[in-house]
Amino acid sequence: MFLQQLLNGLTAGAVYALIALGYTMIYGILGLINFAQGEIYMFGAFVAVLLLGTGQVNFFVAFAAGMAAAAILGVVLERVAFRPLRGSHPLVPLISAIGASIFLQSLALLLFGPNDRPFPIQFNFRTITIAGLPLSSLQGAILVAALGLMVLLLLFVRYTRYGKAIVACALDQDTARLMGINVDRMVALTFLIGSALSGAAGIMMAIYYNATYPRMGLLPGLKAFSAAILGGVGNIPGAILGGVLLGVAESLGAAYVSSGYKDAIAFAILILVLLFRPQGILKGRGD
Amino acid sequence: MLTLKSVQAGYGKLTVLKGISFHVRPGEVVTLIGGNGAGKSTTLRAVSGLLPLWRGVVEFNGADLTRLPPERIVTLGLALVPEGRRIFASLSVTANLELGAFHRRDQRQARRDLEEIRERFPLLKERASQPAGTLSGGEQQILAICRALMSRPRLLMLDEPSMGLAPRMVNQVYKILRELKDEGTTLLLIEQNARAALKLADRGYVLETGRIILDGSAAELREDPEVQRAYLGKGYREVWE
Repeated sequence: MFLQQLLNGLTAGAVYALIALGYTMIYGILGLINFAQGEIYMFGAFVAVLLLGTGQVNFFVAFAAGMAAAAILGVVLERVAFRPLRGSHPLVPLISAIGASIFLQSLALLLFGPNDRPFPIQFNFRTITIAGLPLSSLQGAILVAALGLMVLLLLFVRYTRYGKAIVACALDQDTARLMGINVDRMVALTFLIGSALSGAAGIMMAIYYNATYPRMGLLPGLKAFSAAILGGVGNIPGAILGGVLLGVAESLGAAYVSSGYKDAIAFAILILVLLFRPQGILKGRGD
Repeated sequence: MLTLKSVQAGYGKLTVLKGISFHVRPGEVVTLIGGNGAGKSTTLRAVSGLLPLWRGVVEFNGADLTRLPPERIVTLGLALVPEGRRIFASLSVTANLELGAFHRRDQRQARRDLEEIRERFPLLKERASQPAGTLSGGEQQILAICRALMSRPRLLMLDEPSMGLAPRMVNQVYKILRELKDEGTTLLLIEQNARAALKLADRGYVLETGRIILDGSAAELREDPEVQRAYLGKGYREVWE
């Protein structure tokens, strides 16, 4: 029972972590919380589901297309909702982000309708028992895919030229410009990557819960935001740690306290962190 | 090589540079000296593109820099070692150096330059994977200079390279600058430490409250009674005694 809940928590946590990475990277470079992250997650899921629904493409193509659509949406959002507001009071882009979130939700409602859509293809997932622990192969697949994406991101940031340039922009934009780094382009690249990860998370959850609907991004978005704060917003390993911790806490809390409080747990953690350790577990920006 | 013509710039409503003109010729070491708030750093920020000009013109090798952003200016061969070093503290020493060459198209050659710099400054090789923030102030200054060199500048501008350093490190930094001078690198050097700057420079300008009040060869400036009194600290013993 405990191990099963732990595994459920890890699966949800890995998905929160993917979204939290978007929050934290964007915060790192712009000092902005992009509250439309959950809607990007939702759009990624819709694009994959709709494409699969046509029966013309296979799963992997649909998955990649969903990520790509989310990435493009993120870049467009930065262009129209945030770039024109750069240099204004920090509350202004925050309001803009909330506005973008409401707009995208309404747009999805208009385009796709209010109903839940099941995931168009059925997977033959089995439950295997490893050392007395029932492991659903769906959970296993989500965990592996999410971890894979996180490892790719960490390698990108640490070892590639553009990854280092993004970190440089997060640390000190003026000096980054003196190195010949075009900060606007790095901001766009950050939105691209963060949004692609959120899109992937959306597709995974669309499979996991077998439901895709316009408001699906709301709760995971807020929880991932809490996860980013928990880990130390602006800190990439922190977002991963925060996401996983939050997922596990939520799952164990639901099992041992009351499942009715499941959603409240994430926000209780958010409030406690803000009260007692507002800089998060791993402090830092742009690391 | 670099020419400023009646440059005016400032912050908000505050005019810092009230129309300054000077030039740097290829192979020269030129220094701007002056006290706090004279506008020395503002001059370099304006030349490198970090601060927009209000009036006037900056030309570099025939190109007009007046409206260019800093990320374009560095590609023309003008690099700045900023005030306070501004290294990327959480990135490794090597990553800092690599970022110096970020804009270069010849990334292969940049790798060779990186090796060369590491051979020349073994410190940067020994500490290659260490976060740059763990270096001492003087070591960080050397890193900041090498990071700027990684862009293969035709003109290297330095903003107070001796600021906040122990005297031993000041000597070491100036030893590097002298080597660069001997190799023919063009330098534009800003200093409060006028003594060190005038020892190295060929020519100098004295900046006071946003205007150039004096210029001449380094030797002339060293002998100038006004410069001696105000910037070289000579003569104030008599005042006290």
